[in-house]
Amino acid sequence: MRSIAKWLVLLVIAGLATACSAGGGATDGPVVVRLMTHDSFDVSAELIATFEAETGIQVEIFKAGDGGEMLNKAILAKDAPLADVLFGVDNTFLSRALDNDIFLPYQSPLLGDVSDALELDSQYRVSPVDFGDICLNYDVAWFEEEGVPPPDSLGDLVDPTYAGLTVIENAATSTPGLGFLLVTIEAFGEDGYLDYWQQLAANDVLVVDGWEQAYYSHFTAASDGDRPIVVSYATSPVAEVYFAEETPVTAPTAAVLTDGTCFRQIEFIGILKGTAVEEQARLLVDFLLDKAFQEDIPLKMFVFPANETAQLPEIFRMYGHAADAPAQMAPERIAANRETWIQDWTNIVLR
Amino acid sequence: MVPPPVAESLTGRRNPARLILAGIVFLLPIIFFALFYIYPLGSILRLGLIPEGVLDTAALTQLFTDGYLLRVLWFTTWQAMVSTVLTLLLAFPGAYVLARYRFRGKTAVRTLATLPFVLPTVVVAAAFVALIGPSGVINTWLRDLFALEAAPIRLNQTVWIILAAHVFYNYSVVLRLLSAYWQNLPPSMTQAAQMLGASPRRVFFEVTLPLLRPAITSAATLVFIFCFTSFGVIVILGGPRFATLEVEIYRQALNLFSLPLAAALSLWQIIFTFILMWVYTRTQARVGQTVKAISRGAVERAVKKPREKIFVFGNVVLIVMLIGAPLYALVVRSFRGRSGFTTAYYQALFTNRDDSLFFIPPGEAILNSVLIALVAMALSVSLGLLAAQALTRWERETNGRKPIGTTLLARGLDALLMLPLATSAVTIGLGYLIAFGQSPFNWRASLLMLPIAHAVVAVPFVMRAVLPGFRGIQPALREAAAILGAGGWRVWWEVDWPLIRRPILVGAVYAFTISLGEFGTSIFLARPERPTMPLAIYRFLGQPGALNYGQALAMSVLLMLVCAVAFLAIEHFRFGNEGEF
Repeated sequence: MRSIAKWLVLLVIAGLATACSAGGGATDGPVVVRLMTHDSFDVSAELIATFEAETGIQVEIFKAGDGGEMLNKAILAKDAPLADVLFGVDNTFLSRALDNDIFLPYQSPLLGDVSDALELDSQYRVSPVDFGDICLNYDVAWFEEEGVPPPDSLGDLVDPTYAGLTVIENAATSTPGLGFLLVTIEAFGEDGYLDYWQQLAANDVLVVDGWEQAYYSHFTAASDGDRPIVVSYATSPVAEVYFAEETPVTAPTAAVLTDGTCFRQIEFIGILKGTAVEEQARLLVDFLLDKAFQEDIPLKMFVFPANETAQLPEIFRMYGHAADAPAQMAPERIAANRETWIQDWTNIVLR
Repeated sequence: MVPPPVAESLTGRRNPARLILAGIVFLLPIIFFALFYIYPLGSILRLGLIPEGVLDTAALTQLFTDGYLLRVLWFTTWQAMVSTVLTLLLAFPGAYVLARYRFRGKTAVRTLATLPFVLPTVVVAAAFVALIGPSGVINTWLRDLFALEAAPIRLNQTVWIILAAHVFYNYSVVLRLLSAYWQNLPPSMTQAAQMLGASPRRVFFEVTLPLLRPAITSAATLVFIFCFTSFGVIVILGGPRFATLEVEIYRQALNLFSLPLAAALSLWQIIFTFILMWVYTRTQARVGQTVKAISRGAVERAVKKPREKIFVFGNVVLIVMLIGAPLYALVVRSFRGRSGFTTAYYQALFTNRDDSLFFIPPGEAILNSVLIALVAMALSVSLGLLAAQALTRWERETNGRKPIGTTLLARGLDALLMLPLATSAVTIGLGYLIAFGQSPFNWRASLLMLPIAHAVVAVPFVMRAVLPGFRGIQPALREAAAILGAGGWRVWWEVDWPLIRRPILVGAVYAFTISLGEFGTSIFLARPERPTMPLAIYRFLGQPGALNYGQALAMSVLLMLVCAVAFLAIEHFRFGNEGEF
């Protein structure tokens, strides 16, 4: 008994010792810039390799959950920042980020190529990097087969014809869910949106916690579910074509882009306070705003580049259009009312 | 020369070197526990509850004053109780069949039952929807059969699907823990009762059930804790209308960013579990009875009588239906394209058509996952063994002649070491993020953090599996072996080992599985260059498109396959000349 215990002790000590020695990490070698981002982030390996070769900087990418989780982690660890650059805080969370003072200002020269409409911080603590429109998607084949016209407006969703057809995400836990709630607040005003949601609930809308469940458990076009209308992105039909198992002639799904039915989500990048490599972090920000990376964005993350000189890929020009007149809301207003709106919404729709 | 009393020479109290070694043996798990559980947990709780050096008492008491939170607490408790009872009832006959009968395909059935454990809830949800969703197999079939307008079974977003999923996930916990223990029980006791004229009913309630009590309570405790802290099942299958404490902690911490309330709820969840464990360890120590190891041949029998055939067959069918059907639906779906059968999803797994930096070659993901799981398994089995051995010795030493203090300490530690299972994953995850991001323990980037984090969760499992075995060791037998001249090592090998080897195996299987399927900590600890299989699955589920969904399912099937192969390998591991088991 003693001898086996002795061996176990040795084994564990050896294990822990390796754990600790592996932890320190060497400080020699290239400068490391840590990029913290959300789970949806993607980039071509070649682009990063080129950037690393040209600058001698090594990029370490760390995915920290969805947009909200990522920001909360960044705020939580602001005394010992988890990264040097944060990619992907969006306009619904922007005020929280700025109020917590986690960014260093940096006015990249490339901001000249970015539309002014996307720039929401006059102090350049964050720079817009991409945008996407949250809107209703529907299953084209389903509506053709049933002989029902696809939905065209927010009003359609509360029409008895569309009873039990819609699945949406929880506004408290999901960005598309929150975006759609904000659309209804813009459309019906703070006095009217809860009435609309009451009618939606009465029309048997299904609320699920996240986009994955809505899309892959309930949306008829993508699962064995029975809901042909889902809240997703304007670019989801592009992904449906691009990631089809057999390339279709027309997109199996379509987005409703009617004025005022979409919410424009803008994503930002910023340099995190406390970085030891501010200069290199600036180079990384420039790279992320530059044409090469910006042109890589659409087919990697299925959103639109912020840089107006970036060309969209062919498939985007065919299937993916941004909304002409999306609902927009000042980040300050979102930040000031978010909790109240979500709480009231929860009481109406979920309880 | 008077020879030293046997009991004293066995515990080695005379030899200071041995005493120190014994101390270290128990210190190691304690150090590990303190460093990788208490320290990160303390960091996050302090940040949440004592932000400016003042304790946030309002957050601490909110659980008991807020009507909504009280309802959450009530739901958390009752659904966990019902889930546990249902799982016990359904798995009990299965455990009997596995422990007492010899039949072909037994290992396959046992392996199948454990597979759900590695699957991410999103994938399980998809499988459930494919099976019992409104357009799923069963509903379509029922609609065709009875010519119905709408789907007759509508379980989605009801408490029923939560209970069903909990049974689906935890069935194997009861099955494995119970049958491993049952195999060590000699049939002679029940046979004696039968010969003395007891009815089968009486034999069951008065002999079998009391004998099994340690394993039953052990399994029930684990299942209860799993269901009490359930997250994915509630959120994904139950929907936003249901919330357990764990779900509420997650929403408060990451969606609403109310760290004080999240920390307070985490603390309460831990306190509740500790109380439960305290009560449990008290009863456990009292009922623990000693048994001796018996060979497989003496316990298992062939299925002969027609009644036995029906019973064994019925249970195998139950397991296959309950667990196999959703898994089967998943496998079928992973081969189903627009125009019938396709292997496109599997092929796509191996191509990085967009030169993505985050492309995960399946081979590499499998290798990473398996390596991490093996390290986590080795760590948790050795630490769990050390802790369990020390605990049993303390309990035993104090029998009768020693002060009560050590017993209490042993019980306290027993309960304490269970807490990682009951700690909200998001809380401990955020704790790791803060605690291991700065000196003196700047290990966040270390490759070993992932298996260590997994081991923290797996150690309680190993302990629960092993402790009933350790407690069953007869001191007299060890003393006899020592008197007959066996050395410490020999005594361990001949007396202890046969009794604990099956439980160790169970613990090892679960440690491996927990690590393989773990996603919660992977998400913030795994580095992009070390992707694991669950991480790959989530990468695909993040984007629309049939190919993405198909690849997620294909990767899930691979995950199950890897898991099944690993189980079979572990199960067929030969221990000395004892033969396989």
